[in-house]
Amino acid sequence: MEHYNMNLNLKVWRQQNGKSKGEFKMYRVEDISSEMSFLEMFDVLNEKLIQDGEEPVAFDHDCREGICGACSMYINGKPHGPWQANTTCQLHMRAFKDGDTVVVEPWRANAFPVIKDLVVDRTAFDRIIQAGGYISVNTGNAVDGNALPINKDKADASFAAAMCIGCGACVAACKNSSAMLFLSAKVSHLALLPQGEPERHSRVINMLAQMDKEGFGACTNTGACEATCPKEISLTNIAMLNKEYLTASLVADK
Amino acid sequence: MTWKQMFTSSIGKKLVMSFTGIFLILFLIVHVSLNACIWANDGGEMFNKGAHFMGANIVPRILEIGLFLGLILHIVQGYMLTVQNRKARSIGYAVSYGNGGSKWYSRSMALLGTLVLLFLILHLSNFWLPNRSSQGLSLGGEIDLYAKMQETFSGRDAVTVLTILVYVLGCAALGYHLAHGFQSAFKTLGVHNKRYHIMLKSLGYGFSIIVPLAFAMMPLSFHFGWL
Ligand code: SF4
Ligand code: FES
Repeated sequence: MEHYNMNLNLKVWRQQNGKSKGEFKMYRVEDISSEMSFLEMFDVLNEKLIQDGEEPVAFDHDCREGICGACSMYINGKPHGPWQANTTCQLHMRAFKDGDTVVVEPWRANAFPVIKDLVVDRTAFDRIIQAGGYISVNTGNAVDGNALPINKDKADASFAAAMCIGCGACVAACKNSSAMLFLSAKVSHLALLPQGEPERHSRVINMLAQMDKEGFGACTNTGACEATCPKEISLTNIAMLNKEYLTASLVADK
Repeated sequence: MTWKQMFTSSIGKKLVMSFTGIFLILFLIVHVSLNACIWANDGGEMFNKGAHFMGANIVPRILEIGLFLGLILHIVQGYMLTVQNRKARSIGYAVSYGNGGSKWYSRSMALLGTLVLLFLILHLSNFWLPNRSSQGLSLGGEIDLYAKMQETFSGRDAVTVLTILVYVLGCAALGYHLAHGFQSAFKTLGVHNKRYHIMLKSLGYGFSIIVPLAFAMMPLSFHFGWL
Protein backbone atom coordinates (compact mmCIF):
# COMPACT_ATOMS: atom_id res chain seq x y z
CA MET A 1 0.00 0.00 0.00
CA GLU A 2 1.26 3.42 -0.87
CA HIS A 3 2.63 5.47 1.95
CA TYR A 4 1.63 9.11 2.30
CA ASN A 5 1.69 11.94 4.80
CA MET A 6 -1.30 14.00 5.84
CA ASN A 7 -2.41 17.01 7.80
CA LEU A 8 -5.53 16.61 9.90
CA ASN A 9 -7.92 18.74 11.90
CA LEU A 10 -8.87 17.08 15.15
CA LYS A 11 -11.95 17.93 17.14
CA VAL A 12 -11.28 16.39 20.52
CA TRP A 13 -13.36 16.24 23.70
CA ARG A 14 -11.51 17.88 26.60
CA GLN A 15 -12.75 17.57 30.15
CA GLN A 16 -10.67 18.35 33.23
CA ASN A 17 -12.33 15.78 35.49
CA GLY A 18 -15.59 13.99 36.18
CA LYS A 19 -17.21 17.04 37.68
CA SER A 20 -16.22 19.73 35.22
CA LYS A 21 -18.11 20.50 32.06
CA GLY A 22 -16.21 19.44 29.00
CA GLU A 23 -16.02 20.91 25.53
CA PHE A 24 -14.62 20.19 22.10
CA LYS A 25 -11.27 21.71 21.15
CA MET A 26 -9.81 21.95 17.67
CA TYR A 27 -6.22 20.88 17.03
CA ARG A 28 -4.15 20.58 13.90
CA VAL A 29 -1.61 17.81 13.43
CA GLU A 30 0.84 17.86 10.54
CA ASP A 31 2.95 15.35 8.64
CA ILE A 32 1.15 12.32 9.97
CA SER A 33 2.31 9.13 8.31
CA SER A 34 -0.32 6.80 6.87
CA GLU A 35 1.55 3.97 8.57
CA MET A 36 0.98 5.34 12.06
CA SER A 37 -1.69 3.97 14.34
CA PHE A 38 -4.42 6.27 15.57
CA LEU A 39 -2.88 6.30 19.04
CA GLU A 40 0.55 7.18 17.65
CA MET A 41 -1.09 10.12 15.94
CA PHE A 42 -2.36 11.13 19.38
CA ASP A 43 1.16 10.73 20.74
CA VAL A 44 2.34 13.22 18.13
CA LEU A 45 -0.42 15.60 19.12
CA ASN A 46 0.42 15.23 22.80
CA GLU A 47 4.14 15.88 22.25
CA LYS A 48 3.23 19.06 20.45
CA LEU A 49 0.85 20.07 23.24
CA ILE A 50 3.53 19.46 25.86
CA GLN A 51 6.06 21.53 23.86
CA ASP A 52 3.50 24.33 23.68
CA GLY A 53 3.02 24.16 27.44
CA GLU A 54 -0.51 22.79 27.16
CA GLU A 55 -1.95 19.80 28.92
CA PRO A 56 -1.80 16.59 26.80
CA VAL A 57 -5.01 14.75 25.95
CA ALA A 58 -5.66 11.89 28.35
CA PHE A 59 -6.64 8.62 26.68
CA ASP A 60 -6.67 4.97 27.73
CA HIS A 61 -4.29 2.48 26.17
CA ASP A 62 -2.20 -0.46 27.22
CA CYS A 63 -1.26 -3.30 24.86
CA ARG A 64 -1.58 -1.33 21.60
CA GLU A 65 -2.03 -4.62 19.81
CA GLY A 66 -5.76 -5.10 19.99
CA ILE A 67 -5.97 -7.53 22.89
CA CYS A 68 -6.47 -5.60 26.13
CA GLY A 69 -9.52 -3.50 25.37
CA ALA A 70 -8.17 -0.37 27.08
CA CYS A 71 -8.20 1.98 24.11
CA SER A 72 -11.60 3.57 23.82
CA MET A 73 -12.28 6.36 21.38
CA TYR A 74 -15.48 7.16 19.57
CA ILE A 75 -14.11 8.30 16.23
CA ASN A 76 -16.27 10.05 13.63
CA GLY A 77 -19.44 8.53 15.01
CA LYS A 78 -18.21 4.99 15.55
CA PRO A 79 -16.54 3.27 18.50
CA HIS A 80 -12.96 2.32 17.52
CA GLY A 81 -13.25 4.24 14.26
CA PRO A 82 -14.28 3.35 10.71
CA TRP A 83 -12.76 -0.12 10.30
CA GLN A 84 -14.67 -3.31 11.01
CA ALA A 85 -13.54 -5.72 13.73
CA ASN A 86 -10.84 -3.37 14.88
CA THR A 87 -9.66 -1.56 17.99
CA THR A 88 -8.58 2.09 18.12
CA CYS A 89 -4.94 1.08 18.63
CA GLN A 90 -5.06 -1.05 15.49
CA LEU A 91 -6.72 1.64 13.43
CA HIS A 92 -4.13 2.99 11.03
CA MET A 93 -3.96 6.48 9.67
CA ARG A 94 -4.40 5.22 6.13
CA ALA A 95 -8.07 5.15 7.05
CA PHE A 96 -7.95 8.94 6.64
CA LYS A 97 -7.09 11.40 3.89
CA ASP A 98 -5.12 14.62 3.93
CA GLY A 99 -7.27 17.50 5.19
CA ASP A 100 -9.84 15.33 6.98
CA THR A 101 -11.51 16.55 10.13
CA VAL A 102 -11.69 13.79 12.73
CA VAL A 103 -14.06 14.05 15.69
CA VAL A 104 -12.97 12.11 18.78
CA GLU A 105 -15.29 11.61 21.74
CA PRO A 106 -15.19 9.44 24.86
CA TRP A 107 -17.62 6.50 25.31
CA ARG A 108 -20.93 8.03 26.31
CA ALA A 109 -22.92 6.17 28.94
CA ASN A 110 -23.82 7.14 32.48
CA ALA A 111 -22.42 3.82 33.64
CA PHE A 112 -19.07 4.87 32.12
CA PRO A 113 -18.46 8.30 33.63
CA VAL A 114 -15.68 10.41 32.13
CA ILE A 115 -12.58 10.54 34.34
CA LYS A 116 -10.65 12.93 32.15
CA ASP A 117 -10.78 13.88 28.46
CA LEU A 118 -11.23 10.61 26.57
CA VAL A 119 -10.75 8.32 29.58
CA VAL A 120 -13.87 6.77 31.04
CA ASP A 121 -14.33 4.67 34.15
CA ARG A 122 -15.16 1.11 33.08
CA THR A 123 -14.90 -0.55 36.48
CA ALA A 124 -18.62 -1.33 36.16
CA PHE A 125 -17.51 -4.17 33.88
CA ASP A 126 -15.15 -5.48 36.55
CA ARG A 127 -17.97 -5.53 39.08
CA ILE A 128 -20.19 -7.44 36.65
CA ILE A 129 -17.45 -10.04 36.21
CA GLN A 130 -16.93 -10.23 39.96
CA ALA A 131 -20.62 -10.96 40.40
CA GLY A 132 -20.34 -14.30 38.59
CA GLY A 133 -17.87 -14.44 35.74
CA TYR A 134 -15.78 -17.14 37.34
CA ILE A 135 -15.70 -20.89 37.89
CA SER A 136 -14.81 -22.94 40.94
CA VAL A 137 -11.56 -24.86 40.66
CA ASN A 138 -10.19 -27.11 43.36
CA THR A 139 -6.62 -26.55 44.35
CA GLY A 140 -4.15 -29.38 44.07
CA ASN A 141 -2.67 -31.04 41.03
CA ALA A 142 -3.73 -29.71 37.67
CA VAL A 143 -6.37 -31.95 36.10
CA ASP A 144 -5.50 -33.71 32.86
CA GLY A 145 -6.69 -31.46 30.06
CA ASN A 146 -8.27 -34.35 28.18
CA ALA A 147 -10.17 -35.78 31.14
CA LEU A 148 -13.29 -33.76 30.32
CA PRO A 149 -14.81 -34.44 26.91
CA ILE A 150 -16.03 -31.23 25.29
CA ASN A 151 -17.93 -31.01 22.04
CA LYS A 152 -15.74 -29.26 19.46
CA ASP A 153 -18.48 -26.92 18.18
CA LYS A 154 -19.27 -25.86 21.72
CA ALA A 155 -15.62 -25.34 22.53
CA ASP A 156 -15.30 -23.14 19.43
CA ALA A 157 -18.42 -21.16 20.27
CA SER A 158 -17.17 -20.72 23.82
CA PHE A 159 -13.80 -19.57 22.55
CA ALA A 160 -15.44 -17.07 20.19
CA ALA A 161 -17.35 -15.62 23.15
CA ALA A 162 -14.21 -15.58 25.28
CA MET A 163 -12.63 -13.27 22.70
CA CYS A 164 -14.45 -10.32 24.31
CA ILE A 165 -11.80 -7.92 25.60
CA GLY A 166 -14.20 -5.86 27.70
CA CYS A 167 -13.57 -2.67 25.77
CA GLY A 168 -17.11 -1.34 26.14
CA ALA A 169 -17.60 -0.38 22.50
CA CYS A 170 -20.88 -2.30 22.53
CA VAL A 171 -22.18 0.02 25.25
CA ALA A 172 -20.85 3.06 23.41
CA ALA A 173 -22.60 2.08 20.17
CA CYS A 174 -25.91 1.04 21.67
CA LYS A 175 -28.72 3.58 21.63
CA ASN A 176 -29.76 2.19 25.02
CA SER A 177 -26.22 2.14 26.47
CA SER A 178 -26.81 -1.51 27.16
CA ALA A 179 -23.98 -3.83 28.16
CA MET A 180 -25.88 -6.90 27.03
CA LEU A 181 -23.37 -7.99 24.37
CA PHE A 182 -20.54 -7.89 26.89
CA LEU A 183 -22.60 -9.74 29.50
CA SER A 184 -23.76 -12.31 26.97
CA ALA A 185 -20.19 -12.99 25.89
CA LYS A 186 -19.14 -13.59 29.48
CA VAL A 187 -22.15 -15.76 30.28
CA SER A 188 -22.11 -17.95 27.16
CA HIS A 189 -18.37 -18.39 27.32
CA LEU A 190 -18.80 -20.27 30.59
CA ALA A 191 -22.26 -21.72 30.01
CA LEU A 192 -20.99 -23.61 26.96
CA LEU A 193 -18.32 -25.47 28.91
CA PRO A 194 -18.68 -28.20 31.54
CA GLN A 195 -16.42 -26.17 33.84
CA GLY A 196 -19.07 -23.48 33.98
CA GLU A 197 -21.81 -25.87 35.04
CA PRO A 198 -21.72 -25.59 38.88
CA GLU A 199 -22.45 -21.83 38.92
CA ARG A 200 -24.44 -21.84 35.71
CA HIS A 201 -27.72 -20.53 37.14
CA SER A 202 -26.47 -18.23 39.87
CA ARG A 203 -23.97 -16.73 37.44
CA VAL A 204 -26.46 -15.34 34.95
CA ILE A 205 -28.83 -14.08 37.63
CA ASN A 206 -26.12 -12.35 39.68
CA MET A 207 -24.26 -10.86 36.73
CA LEU A 208 -27.47 -9.48 35.26
CA ALA A 209 -28.50 -8.02 38.62
CA GLN A 210 -25.13 -6.28 38.84
CA MET A 211 -25.42 -4.98 35.28
CA ASP A 212 -28.83 -3.50 36.04
CA LYS A 213 -27.46 -1.94 39.23
CA GLU A 214 -24.67 -0.22 37.30
CA GLY A 215 -27.20 1.77 35.29
CA PHE A 216 -26.77 0.33 31.80
CA GLY A 217 -29.86 0.38 29.61
CA ALA A 218 -31.85 -2.65 28.51
CA CYS A 219 -31.23 -4.44 25.24
CA THR A 220 -33.66 -4.10 22.33
CA ASN A 221 -31.81 -6.34 19.87
CA THR A 222 -30.90 -3.59 17.39
CA GLY A 223 -27.52 -5.15 16.62
CA ALA A 224 -25.44 -1.94 16.71
CA CYS A 225 -23.14 -3.61 19.25
CA GLU A 226 -22.36 -6.60 17.08
CA ALA A 227 -21.51 -4.32 14.15
CA THR A 228 -19.00 -2.31 16.14
CA CYS A 229 -17.44 -5.01 18.32
CA PRO A 230 -13.71 -5.33 17.61
CA LYS A 231 -13.89 -9.05 18.38
CA GLU A 232 -17.04 -9.66 16.36
CA ILE A 233 -18.92 -11.08 19.32
CA SER A 234 -22.13 -12.43 17.82
CA LEU A 235 -25.64 -11.29 18.72
CA THR A 236 -26.45 -14.99 19.06
CA ASN A 237 -24.80 -14.77 22.46
CA ILE A 238 -27.55 -12.41 23.60
CA ALA A 239 -30.19 -14.96 22.59
CA MET A 240 -28.19 -17.56 24.50
CA LEU A 241 -28.00 -15.26 27.51
CA ASN A 242 -31.78 -14.85 27.37
CA LYS A 243 -32.21 -18.60 27.34
CA GLU A 244 -29.81 -18.96 30.27
CA TYR A 245 -31.76 -16.32 32.18
CA LEU A 246 -35.14 -17.84 31.41
CA THR A 247 -34.10 -21.32 32.54
CA ALA A 248 -32.20 -20.07 35.58
CA SER A 249 -35.08 -17.95 36.81
CA LEU A 250 -37.66 -20.66 36.13
CA VAL A 251 -35.83 -23.31 38.13
CA ALA A 252 -34.65 -20.99 40.91
CA ASP A 253 -35.57 -22.26 44.34
CA LYS A 254 -36.72 -19.09 45.99
CA MET B 1 -35.24 -14.84 42.37
CA THR B 2 -38.90 -14.03 42.97
CA TRP B 3 -41.43 -13.90 40.12
CA LYS B 4 -41.35 -10.16 40.42
CA GLN B 5 -37.56 -10.02 40.05
CA MET B 6 -37.78 -12.42 37.17
CA PHE B 7 -39.94 -10.06 35.16
CA THR B 8 -38.51 -6.73 36.28
CA SER B 9 -34.82 -7.21 35.54
CA SER B 10 -33.67 -5.80 32.21
CA ILE B 11 -34.08 -9.19 30.53
CA GLY B 12 -37.31 -9.77 32.45
CA LYS B 13 -38.83 -6.63 30.96
CA LYS B 14 -37.78 -7.86 27.54
CA LEU B 15 -39.56 -11.11 28.29
CA VAL B 16 -42.74 -9.20 29.04
CA MET B 17 -42.42 -7.33 25.74
CA SER B 18 -41.78 -10.60 23.96
CA PHE B 19 -44.67 -12.58 25.49
CA THR B 20 -47.18 -9.79 24.94
CA GLY B 21 -45.77 -9.16 21.46
CA ILE B 22 -46.20 -12.78 20.42
CA PHE B 23 -49.70 -12.76 21.87
CA LEU B 24 -50.51 -9.69 19.76
CA ILE B 25 -49.01 -11.39 16.69
CA LEU B 26 -51.35 -14.33 17.27
CA PHE B 27 -54.24 -11.90 17.47
CA LEU B 28 -53.18 -10.35 14.15
CA ILE B 29 -53.33 -13.77 12.52
CA VAL B 30 -56.91 -14.29 13.72
CA HIS B 31 -57.91 -10.76 12.80
CA VAL B 32 -56.46 -10.80 9.30
CA SER B 33 -57.85 -14.26 8.51
CA LEU B 34 -61.37 -13.34 9.58
CA ASN B 35 -61.28 -10.02 7.79
CA ALA B 36 -60.03 -11.64 4.60
CA CYS B 37 -63.56 -13.05 4.32
CA ILE B 38 -64.61 -9.70 2.87
CA TRP B 39 -63.06 -10.93 -0.38
CA ALA B 40 -65.32 -14.00 -0.47
CA ASN B 41 -67.46 -12.23 -3.06
CA ASP B 42 -70.71 -12.86 -1.25
CA GLY B 43 -71.68 -9.38 -0.17
CA GLY B 44 -70.16 -9.84 3.26
CA GLU B 45 -72.17 -12.89 4.31
CA MET B 46 -69.17 -14.98 5.30
CA PHE B 47 -67.44 -12.02 6.92
CA ASN B 48 -70.47 -11.19 9.06
CA LYS B 49 -70.79 -14.83 10.08
CA GLY B 50 -67.19 -14.72 11.28
CA ALA B 51 -67.86 -11.49 13.13
CA HIS B 52 -70.92 -13.04 14.69
CA PHE B 53 -68.91 -16.03 15.84
CA MET B 54 -66.42 -13.72 17.55
CA GLY B 55 -69.10 -11.54 19.10
CA ALA B 56 -71.55 -14.22 20.19
CA ASN B 57 -69.12 -16.70 21.64
CA ILE B 58 -67.93 -16.45 25.22
CA VAL B 59 -64.38 -17.68 24.54
CA PRO B 60 -63.30 -14.91 22.14
CA ARG B 61 -65.05 -12.39 24.36
CA ILE B 62 -62.97 -13.47 27.33
CA LEU B 63 -59.83 -13.60 25.20
CA GLU B 64 -60.61 -10.06 24.15
CA ILE B 65 -60.15 -8.89 27.72
CA GLY B 66 -56.79 -10.62 27.76
CA LEU B 67 -55.98 -8.96 24.48
CA PHE B 68 -56.58 -5.50 25.89
CA LEU B 69 -54.57 -6.29 29.00
CA GLY B 70 -51.72 -7.61 26.87
CA LEU B 71 -51.87 -4.58 24.64
CA ILE B 72 -51.82 -2.16 27.56
CA LEU B 73 -48.93 -4.03 29.18
CA HIS B 74 -47.01 -3.96 25.89
CA ILE B 75 -47.58 -0.23 25.50
CA VAL B 76 -46.84 0.81 29.08
CA GLN B 77 -43.78 -1.42 29.40
CA GLY B 78 -42.54 -0.26 26.00
CA TYR B 79 -42.73 3.40 26.94
CA MET B 80 -41.16 2.79 30.34
CA LEU B 81 -38.26 0.93 28.75
CA THR B 82 -37.75 3.69 26.21
CA VAL B 83 -37.58 6.35 28.89
CA GLN B 84 -35.30 4.26 31.08
CA ASN B 85 -32.97 3.47 28.19
CA ARG B 86 -32.76 7.11 27.16
CA LYS B 87 -31.79 8.00 30.72
CA ALA B 88 -28.76 5.70 30.54
CA ARG B 89 -26.93 8.30 28.42
CA SER B 90 -27.32 11.88 29.65
CA ILE B 91 -24.68 13.35 27.36
CA GLY B 92 -25.08 12.34 23.75
CA TYR B 93 -22.57 12.16 20.93
CA ALA B 94 -21.69 15.04 18.62
CA VAL B 95 -21.56 12.61 15.69
CA SER B 96 -24.21 9.91 15.88
CA TYR B 97 -23.62 6.33 14.92
CA GLY B 98 -26.59 6.33 12.56
CA ASN B 99 -27.51 3.41 10.37
CA GLY B 100 -24.05 1.85 10.29
CA GLY B 101 -24.80 -0.99 12.61
CA SER B 102 -28.54 -1.31 12.93
CA LYS B 103 -31.72 -0.86 10.96
CA TRP B 104 -33.53 2.42 11.52
CA TYR B 105 -36.78 0.67 12.34
CA SER B 106 -35.12 -1.44 15.02
CA ARG B 107 -34.10 1.79 16.75
CA SER B 108 -37.52 3.41 16.23
CA MET B 109 -39.82 0.87 17.87
CA ALA B 110 -41.31 3.46 20.25
CA LEU B 111 -42.07 5.87 17.43
CA LEU B 112 -43.52 3.15 15.19
CA GLY B 113 -45.50 1.78 18.12
CA THR B 114 -46.90 5.23 18.81
CA LEU B 115 -48.02 5.56 15.18
CA VAL B 116 -49.72 2.17 15.40
CA LEU B 117 -51.37 3.27 18.64
CA LEU B 118 -52.72 6.47 17.05
CA PHE B 119 -54.10 4.45 14.18
CA LEU B 120 -55.57 1.98 16.67
CA ILE B 121 -57.49 4.72 18.45
CA LEU B 122 -59.14 5.74 15.19
CA HIS B 123 -59.69 2.12 14.22
CA LEU B 124 -61.34 1.19 17.51
CA SER B 125 -63.61 4.21 17.37
CA ASN B 126 -64.57 3.31 13.79
CA PHE B 127 -65.59 -0.28 14.42
CA TRP B 128 -65.07 -1.75 17.84
CA LEU B 129 -66.74 1.01 19.82
CA PRO B 130 -69.99 1.26 17.80
CA ASN B 131 -70.21 -2.53 17.70
CA ARG B 132 -69.65 -3.13 21.39
CA SER B 133 -71.92 -0.31 22.44
CA SER B 134 -74.69 -1.89 20.42
CA GLN B 135 -73.95 -5.26 22.05
CA GLY B 136 -73.48 -4.13 25.61
CA LEU B 137 -72.56 -7.05 27.82
CA SER B 138 -74.69 -9.50 25.88
CA LEU B 139 -73.38 -12.09 23.50
CA GLY B 140 -74.38 -11.49 19.91
CA GLY B 141 -76.36 -8.49 18.61
CA GLU B 142 -73.47 -7.17 16.51
CA ILE B 143 -74.03 -4.43 13.99
CA ASP B 144 -73.61 -5.23 10.29
CA LEU B 145 -69.85 -4.79 10.27
CA TYR B 146 -69.53 -5.33 6.52
CA ALA B 147 -71.94 -2.48 5.91
CA LYS B 148 -70.03 -0.44 8.47
CA MET B 149 -66.79 -0.99 6.53
CA GLN B 150 -68.53 -0.02 3.33
CA GLU B 151 -69.85 3.14 4.95
CA THR B 152 -66.45 4.04 6.43
CA PHE B 153 -64.34 3.46 3.34
CA SER B 154 -66.35 3.84 0.15
CA GLY B 155 -67.15 7.56 0.29
CA ARG B 156 -65.32 10.07 -1.89
CA ASP B 157 -65.32 12.85 0.71
CA ALA B 158 -62.25 14.25 2.46
CA VAL B 159 -62.92 12.51 5.77
CA THR B 160 -63.02 9.10 4.11
CA VAL B 161 -59.89 9.72 2.11
CA LEU B 162 -58.12 10.93 5.23
CA THR B 163 -59.31 7.90 7.18
CA ILE B 164 -57.98 5.57 4.50
CA LEU B 165 -54.68 7.41 4.51
CA VAL B 166 -54.35 6.94 8.27
CA TYR B 167 -55.19 3.25 7.87
CA VAL B 168 -52.56 2.73 5.20
CA LEU B 169 -49.91 4.62 7.17
CA GLY B 170 -50.89 2.74 10.32
CA CYS B 171 -50.38 -0.53 8.47
CA ALA B 172 -46.98 0.62 7.17
CA ALA B 173 -45.91 1.50 10.72
CA LEU B 174 -47.17 -1.89 11.88
CA GLY B 175 -45.13 -3.57 9.15
CA TYR B 176 -41.89 -1.96 10.23
CA HIS B 177 -42.71 -2.52 13.90
CA LEU B 178 -43.16 -6.22 13.13
CA ALA B 179 -40.07 -6.41 10.91
CA HIS B 180 -38.00 -5.91 14.04
CA GLY B 181 -40.44 -7.09 16.70
CA PHE B 182 -41.22 -10.53 15.29
CA GLN B 183 -37.67 -11.86 15.22
CA SER B 184 -36.63 -9.90 18.30
CA ALA B 185 -39.42 -11.52 20.34
CA PHE B 186 -38.06 -14.97 19.58
CA LYS B 187 -34.47 -13.95 20.29
CA THR B 188 -35.66 -12.73 23.67
CA LEU B 189 -37.20 -16.12 24.33
CA GLY B 190 -33.74 -17.53 23.82
CA VAL B 191 -33.91 -18.96 20.30
CA HIS B 192 -30.24 -19.05 19.44
CA ASN B 193 -29.94 -22.14 17.25
CA LYS B 194 -28.95 -20.92 13.82
CA ARG B 195 -31.45 -23.15 12.07
CA TYR B 196 -34.45 -21.82 13.95
CA HIS B 197 -33.15 -18.32 13.98
CA ILE B 198 -32.83 -18.16 10.19
CA MET B 199 -36.28 -19.66 9.79
CA LEU B 200 -37.90 -17.25 12.23
CA LYS B 201 -36.15 -14.30 10.64
CA SER B 202 -37.51 -15.06 7.17
CA LEU B 203 -40.91 -15.89 8.66
CA GLY B 204 -40.83 -12.53 10.46
CA TYR B 205 -40.04 -10.55 7.33
CA GLY B 206 -42.72 -12.43 5.40
CA PHE B 207 -45.26 -11.84 8.15
CA SER B 208 -44.42 -8.17 8.46
CA ILE B 209 -45.02 -7.65 4.74
CA ILE B 210 -48.02 -9.90 4.07
CA VAL B 211 -50.19 -9.17 7.09
CA PRO B 212 -50.00 -5.34 7.07
CA LEU B 213 -50.40 -5.40 3.29
CA ALA B 214 -53.55 -7.49 3.60
CA PHE B 215 -54.89 -5.09 6.23
CA ALA B 216 -54.09 -2.07 4.10
CA MET B 217 -55.86 -3.64 1.12
CA MET B 218 -59.13 -3.80 3.05
CA PRO B 219 -60.05 -0.11 3.13
CA LEU B 220 -58.59 0.29 -0.36
CA SER B 221 -60.74 -2.58 -1.63
CA PHE B 222 -63.89 -0.96 -0.32
CA HIS B 223 -62.88 2.42 -1.65
CA PHE B 224 -62.03 1.30 -5.15
CA GLY B 225 -64.65 -1.43 -5.32
CA TRP B 226 -62.23 -4.35 -5.63
CA LEU B 227 -64.70 -6.68 -4.00
S1 SF4 C 1 -18.55 -7.55 23.41
FE1 SF4 C 1 -17.12 -6.64 21.92
S2 SF4 C 1 -17.52 -4.45 22.07
FE2 SF4 C 1 -18.39 -5.36 23.90
S3 SF4 C 1 -16.80 -5.26 25.45
FE3 SF4 C 1 -16.57 -7.27 24.47
S4 SF4 C 1 -15.08 -6.92 22.82
FE4 SF4 C 1 -15.77 -4.87 23.45
S1 FES D 1 -4.60 -0.65 23.60
FE1 FES D 1 -5.00 -2.74 24.03
S2 FES D 1 -6.64 -3.14 22.66
FE2 FES D 1 -6.06 -1.15 22.09
